[in-house]
Amino acid sequence: MGHPALAADFTANEERAHWHDRALWFVRQKRDRMAASVPEWEELRATASAIKQHTQSLLADYLQEFEKNATAHGAVVHWAADAEEHNQIVLSILQQHQVQNLVKSKSMLTEECHLNPWLEKHGIHVVDTDLGERIVQLREEPPSHIVLPAIHIRKEEVGECFHEHLGTEKGASDPEYLTEAARQHLRDCFCKADAGLTGVNFAIAETGGIVICTNEGNADLGVGVPPVHIACMGMEKLIPRAEDLSVFLRLLARSATGQPVTTYSSHFHGPQQGGELHIVIVDNGRTEILQSEFRRSLDCIRCGACMNTCPVYRRSGGHSYESTVPGPIGSILTPLRTPEEHSTLPFACSLCGSCTDVCPVRIPLHHQLFALREHLDSKNLLERGKKLQMKVLATVFSRPWLYSLVGRIARKALRWTPRFLTYSRLTPAGLWGKARELPEAPRKSFRELYRERQQQTASERNHSDRSNG
Amino acid sequence: MKVALFIPCYVDQFYPGVGLATVAVLEACGVSVDFPEGQTCCGQPMANSGCMDQARPLAEHFVSTFAGYDYVVAPSGSCVSMVRNHYDHLVDRQDQKAAEVRSRTIELSEFLINVLGHSFSGSFPFQTGIHQSCHGLRELRLAGCSEEMTCRDSLLRNLLEGLDGIQFAQLQRPDECCGFGGTFAVSEAAVSAMMGQDRIDDHLQAGTQVLTAGDMSCLMHLDGIIRRRRLPIRVMHFAEILAEALRTPGLQTAEPAQQGGE
Repeated sequence: MGHPALAADFTANEERAHWHDRALWFVRQKRDRMAASVPEWEELRATASAIKQHTQSLLADYLQEFEKNATAHGAVVHWAADAEEHNQIVLSILQQHQVQNLVKSKSMLTEECHLNPWLEKHGIHVVDTDLGERIVQLREEPPSHIVLPAIHIRKEEVGECFHEHLGTEKGASDPEYLTEAARQHLRDCFCKADAGLTGVNFAIAETGGIVICTNEGNADLGVGVPPVHIACMGMEKLIPRAEDLSVFLRLLARSATGQPVTTYSSHFHGPQQGGELHIVIVDNGRTEILQSEFRRSLDCIRCGACMNTCPVYRRSGGHSYESTVPGPIGSILTPLRTPEEHSTLPFACSLCGSCTDVCPVRIPLHHQLFALREHLDSKNLLERGKKLQMKVLATVFSRPWLYSLVGRIARKALRWTPRFLTYSRLTPAGLWGKARELPEAPRKSFRELYRERQQQTASERNHSDRSNG
Repeated sequence: MKVALFIPCYVDQFYPGVGLATVAVLEACGVSVDFPEGQTCCGQPMANSGCMDQARPLAEHFVSTFAGYDYVVAPSGSCVSMVRNHYDHLVDRQDQKAAEVRSRTIELSEFLINVLGHSFSGSFPFQTGIHQSCHGLRELRLAGCSEEMTCRDSLLRNLLEGLDGIQFAQLQRPDECCGFGGTFAVSEAAVSAMMGQDRIDDHLQAGTQVLTAGDMSCLMHLDGIIRRRRLPIRVMHFAEILAEALRTPGLQTAEPAQQGGE
């Protein structure tokens, strides 16, 4: 359908779109207060950006160092070139251990690889244990935000969903009551699980350790009970040294939710006693991005701050992006992979630049969105009508005389055309005019008035020269 | 000092008053300007649409039109940012002339304060709401933005602050985008309009009587909504405010006249 149509649907319910906007703006404001409380905030951002760019430039070396050190701790490292390989690796580990029940903590990578439906197809029961993820899983819809997956759902709707699936009282919408119900339900799932799967926030080359950040502790519960822990990560999650972690942990939660740090930042160095730790490192198009002008989009630490600040995301909702990662960063990553299906995303942006300035690792998001538009043009994927308009405009603007003439005609036409025609839906002016008036067309342009003024001044000067003479 | 005036195409066609106000303000500062008639459009609509092949000839045309001036002054942060920040992809990077034009193209408030060091007096007794246009704010850094924890003065506010009687509206969201965004305003019309309405609602709650900005494009979009909703907010480019203040001397200049009358 494309972003404009889905966004128009979302904004059509003005009250809901404003509610969504305010909910996310609230998170953005919390982030602002937290960022302001750190005097070296901008220095932290610059440092994080430098570490990430350094790591990406030597990624192959750091990945090998990580593999060596993780293996030394007893972890098994797997390499997946794409989503299919990733899913196959996960499935075969689970099948080896005859796993029937899998608990998962949040992992955008497995969303990207569409792991859940694949596993379910192979008879494995998968439970997402992050509360928001569980809500969207029960509702059979994708997350609408990478940190707040159920931000688009109101508590009354959660109540209905839990009544249907978890047997809570009909009409109950008290968040505490609902959370408690989810907690009891998930506790059951944790106890029954044969294996736990997590994402990875940071993998440290120097130590071979991985770090997983959650607020609910669900990753720890998920991998603490069952003997098998599978950790899935995109290959860009590397950082060189343990001491670099401090920079990112200080930025991550402050940027994401306005907390000083995530409630749980859990470090794993090898498997628990008697258990197994499998780390699946996935490429799935990342090498290609790394080699392109869009490489800095791989620096993303998935905090979601660009979504919270994006005035378009806040008013159009995550689902309007039809993409695992929505918002500004998703509008870069997804069209790079599937440009045909997602060619409207780089244009779902007013180029305001708020995302670039909020990003904790200083990805020049809006510059990349700008560059991505040219990238789409190079693949012949721009909307034809728009491309034609731009060609015509460029022809006009290349000839000053033609520009002046077209300007005069257009202004005259705007003054004389009856309102119902000007504002008819069939013209670009009509699209503008659905909610807005067009500017009033003046009789004379600036250049005409300026020329008259110059001529008048010159003739006055002439006149006074003559009378003086 | 050789100063050229760069009037963005849509200002030329739809807001000639803003161009004239810019001339009046610059002349009041003792600067005489040239208006090279060959100028058309900086190429931003094409570049923002991804059509770099269409933007390129316009960038080259811009460079040849404005070569040789000490400053190219424009009452638009957005068009200035296009020239300064995006022309390096469009024109020959080795070309000295192009590099000079890029670095000498400057937004009006920056020119008035950072180059001329001029301050304005006069009267403007209105509750004024400043819309920080995004490209001036985040690409030219003409003010501090709410995302970055870096202190910066707002040049626009500094320019207006000296006017007698002016008061500034306190917004709940000081620098959210108005939703114009060039072709975005049409291709994402629904979101664009909602963003504009939300900005205006913020100005309404803040008691804004006059809404001002450094970019007429944002104001064109916001004014379109204001007129459609028949709201009591007047929209003015800051150059128009300064030009109006110049015509209505403030207390400091008015006082001697009153004393003379006694």
